[in-house]
Amino acid sequence: MAKQTAIEQDGTIIEALSNAMFRVELENGHVITAHISGKMRMHYIKILPGDKVKVEMSPYDLSKGRISFRYK
Amino acid sequence: MIFLKSDEEIELLRISNQIVAKTLAELAKLIQPGVSTGQLDKVAYEFIKDNGAVPGFLGYSGYPKSICTSVNEQVVHGIPSDEVILKEGDIVSVDCGVYKNGFHGDSAYTFCVGEVKPEIRNLLLTTKESLYKGIGEAVEGKRLGDIGFAIQNHCETKGYSVVREMIGHGVGRHLHEAPEVPNYGRKGNGVMLKSGMTIAIEPMINMGKRQLVFEKDGWTTRTIDRLPSAHFEHSIAIRHGKADILSSFEYIEQVLGNKAI
Repeated sequence: MAKQTAIEQDGTIIEALSNAMFRVELENGHVITAHISGKMRMHYIKILPGDKVKVEMSPYDLSKGRISFRYK
Repeated sequence: MIFLKSDEEIELLRISNQIVAKTLAELAKLIQPGVSTGQLDKVAYEFIKDNGAVPGFLGYSGYPKSICTSVNEQVVHGIPSDEVILKEGDIVSVDCGVYKNGFHGDSAYTFCVGEVKPEIRNLLLTTKESLYKGIGEAVEGKRLGDIGFAIQNHCETKGYSVVREMIGHGVGRHLHEAPEVPNYGRKGNGVMLKSGMTIAIEPMINMGKRQLVFEKDGWTTRTIDRLPSAHFEHSIAIRHGKADILSSFEYIEQVLGNKAI
């Protein structure tokens, strides 16, 4: 039976860290650190604790992610 | 945490995996136009029980059946049903798991129903070849990315695409263990392979786009463009020099004879 990966997941910001990094709680309860994507930085999309975001992850390192979208 | 297995534990895993192989061979005898996937599930359940084992998938995260049967555009985790009748020209991937002596066996094979089109046959052939390419890289001292690269490279040069959302996994006392074994990757990336690791390598290869759609039943996944998808799986143990394949397609190929992929 194939295992389902966490490639794209939704989560909530719990804390803003330095260097545009954030601590994100995923829907499945895991807490990861995620950085904001360059494209979002270019367009000055602000992220605050409590926002719902989409996070991209790699199966090689499940403790880090990349924020690719902020929901309204 | 990746558990390294001792030789005795690997032998127990081999017993479970051999029951899986025999179950798949039993189903290979039945697969023909007009058979429903629900019937296959019942036969698999009885056969696994008769061998003194427990179906590994039944009840796993609430999965309702003993095997996964994914027809044509379904990629994996198709739920067997009496309403799904196999037709001439279909392909059906049967994924089976067995739990015995505290260890899980896991293996899958894609069967042709009657005669299939040559292009679909090629897809199955490429997927199976890529599985063995991946196993060829699974030796002590290499990395997980080497396995993924071998599979991805082989399939993408032939114009097929590799599913990203579903991946292989470690296998042992639990059905899904660390590490995750993606079917894509870069050479020299990922966890270093050590002797005693047991993993399930399972390339899922689509004829068209790689994107998936998750159906409303919560399990079934199908390709976004409804083109066929193939799936083969072996459980292996990492060894020095050459991987030890714990499951086996030999029984299936004996039944299928020259019709085997």
